[in-house]
Amino acid sequence: MDQILGNIGLLFEFPIVNFKIVIDGIMIGALFALAAYGLALVWGVMNVKNLAQGDFVIAGGYVSWWLVQHGFPALLGVPAAFIVMWGIGWVVYKLVISRVIERDLFTSLLATFGLAIMMAQILNLLFGSDTQSVDLGYETLYFADGLIDIPIAKLIGVIMAAILAAGVIIFMKSSRMGQAIRATAQDARAARVLGIDTEKVYAFTFSLNAAICGAAGAIIVMVWVIQPFYGITHSIRAFVIVTAAGLGNLPGVIAAGLGIGALEQYGAHIFGIGYQQAIAVMLLLLVLLIRLIQQLRVRQVLK
Amino acid sequence: MGNNKIILYAAILAITVIAPFVFPAFGTQLATLWLMIIVALTWDMTGGQMGYNSLGNIFFYGTGMYVAAAVTIGMVYDVGEYTSAHGGGITSFTDQQYFTGMFVGILAAGVFCSVCAVVIGYLTFGLRGPYFAIGTLGVAIAAGELVSNWDWIGGGQGIALPVYPGDLDEGKVFFYFLFALTGVAVFLFCRWLYQTRFGAAINAIRDDEEKADAMGIHTLRYKLVTWSMAAFFVGIAGGISAFQLIHFEPLETAYQTINLGIFMVVCVLLGGKGTLWGPVIGASLFHVFKEVTWNYFLGWQWVALGALIVVTVVYFKDGVMGYLLHTKPEWFGVKIDQKASEETS
Repeated sequence: MDQILGNIGLLFEFPIVNFKIVIDGIMIGALFALAAYGLALVWGVMNVKNLAQGDFVIAGGYVSWWLVQHGFPALLGVPAAFIVMWGIGWVVYKLVISRVIERDLFTSLLATFGLAIMMAQILNLLFGSDTQSVDLGYETLYFADGLIDIPIAKLIGVIMAAILAAGVIIFMKSSRMGQAIRATAQDARAARVLGIDTEKVYAFTFSLNAAICGAAGAIIVMVWVIQPFYGITHSIRAFVIVTAAGLGNLPGVIAAGLGIGALEQYGAHIFGIGYQQAIAVMLLLLVLLIRLIQQLRVRQVLK
Repeated sequence: MGNNKIILYAAILAITVIAPFVFPAFGTQLATLWLMIIVALTWDMTGGQMGYNSLGNIFFYGTGMYVAAAVTIGMVYDVGEYTSAHGGGITSFTDQQYFTGMFVGILAAGVFCSVCAVVIGYLTFGLRGPYFAIGTLGVAIAAGELVSNWDWIGGGQGIALPVYPGDLDEGKVFFYFLFALTGVAVFLFCRWLYQTRFGAAINAIRDDEEKADAMGIHTLRYKLVTWSMAAFFVGIAGGISAFQLIHFEPLETAYQTINLGIFMVVCVLLGGKGTLWGPVIGASLFHVFKEVTWNYFLGWQWVALGALIVVTVVYFKDGVMGYLLHTKPEWFGVKIDQKASEETS
């Protein structure tokens, strides 16, 4: 308890520490927002809640890590992970997801949970259970007497995340396939009547989601660490962000992602690093409760 | 009840009683089988009969373990001192202390868990469908993380209970019968419950909650009572597990979200959701599958289990009972008018 109070006191004693925590949080939060955007896409288009989201992220990270181990440049890992995870996403869609789209939501939730267990374990068997990261070898910038440190690798990661996000947004806005995806999300039946091959759209959307996650994972391995069993935490974060922001609300997803990143960093600072997972989960419960209270208000009007 | 049914029940009861003596080498596995049956049956109370798919029932298992341990130890020693001297030796319990502690501890675990279910249910039962599943999963994960940071009850190291006084094999049989007794009690309780007006009410909630509400069923009260009953039994099972395992720690044994927490759901789906026998059959099949993969495909067991979950959910969602109901309706007393069906075809 004393330690917690001391940590809070530190925040007021050195206000600059707040600044550092927020910057750290936003850098990580940008990557959370990417995975969450993929989840929102799949959720909105085909009404499937993908609990294997975090494992796609981790798998993408391992693709990049494996390439670096074999002498390839680290920055190549991001496009490589994008392509590999696209393929894996397509296979997963054909084998599992295409059969649960029409079913109730719990079915898809459970099927993807099984998938998540499988993927985590396969990664564990392939790469071992140690935490891994890729060191880009760039230096670190210091501000304010060394209280704020920004590794250039993290800056590169954030910029790449921003480029990826911008690319996806432009694709969704202007390309023919993007239009088809948005049309299917609005009304799948009407889209089918108007000649859109919704089956193809579903397959494309899910592959795109897996690819976005993979690229996010490839960035995460450069700026943070990955481990086969960290997937579930990433999934939960994605759920927190999407539940808080709502579907089809892209600025909301980005804002919520950055916010979650910052809140998690604050929590880790105040309670200690051991509580990091618990904080992610608590945020989920908090968001669900807030949503519930909002809905209660609506129900009272009905009475 | 027909003659055949009485024979069936008697045969199962006989097998239950003699099993640990015929297969003494499998004592622990048989006890675990009963544990699976208990958690599957209780999961089906909310998941199958009431339509609320909880992924967080494991919370009650873990909480039951810790409450049973804390109460038993607390009756003799100071819990904080006991856990901080972990492995340091103050673990002497007399026989009487052990058995009264166990009885009170297990009962307290059940009662505490049903109170927890009411509190958590009050907060989460407004969530519908997948949100309820994710919310309860969140509760279970959060609880595990919090307990593993709570030093008073052992933190991440876990907590050690006294060993069963007496012969080791005798202890195995003792715990087997504790589990079996609870399992039979849960089964009979469910069998009775689903025939009552209460059972009809929770089925109505599953089929259409708004309509049930409009028909004058106080849905929240029914949901809370059902979940707290399920939690009571899971808590008791957790309490027994605590004494059986002797030593346990929060993340892998007590709040084992991806082990038992998901197994119970798979058991029910494998056997058939919303049926009385489904969870029992599913738990037995699943347990055999699990033990076989654990023994012969070590290293790949989780991959096999994940695949089983995916295959069950995607391709075999009605389970064994659903399949039988579809192909052999006469076994369930459903009469098909042969003449009428021939005329129409």
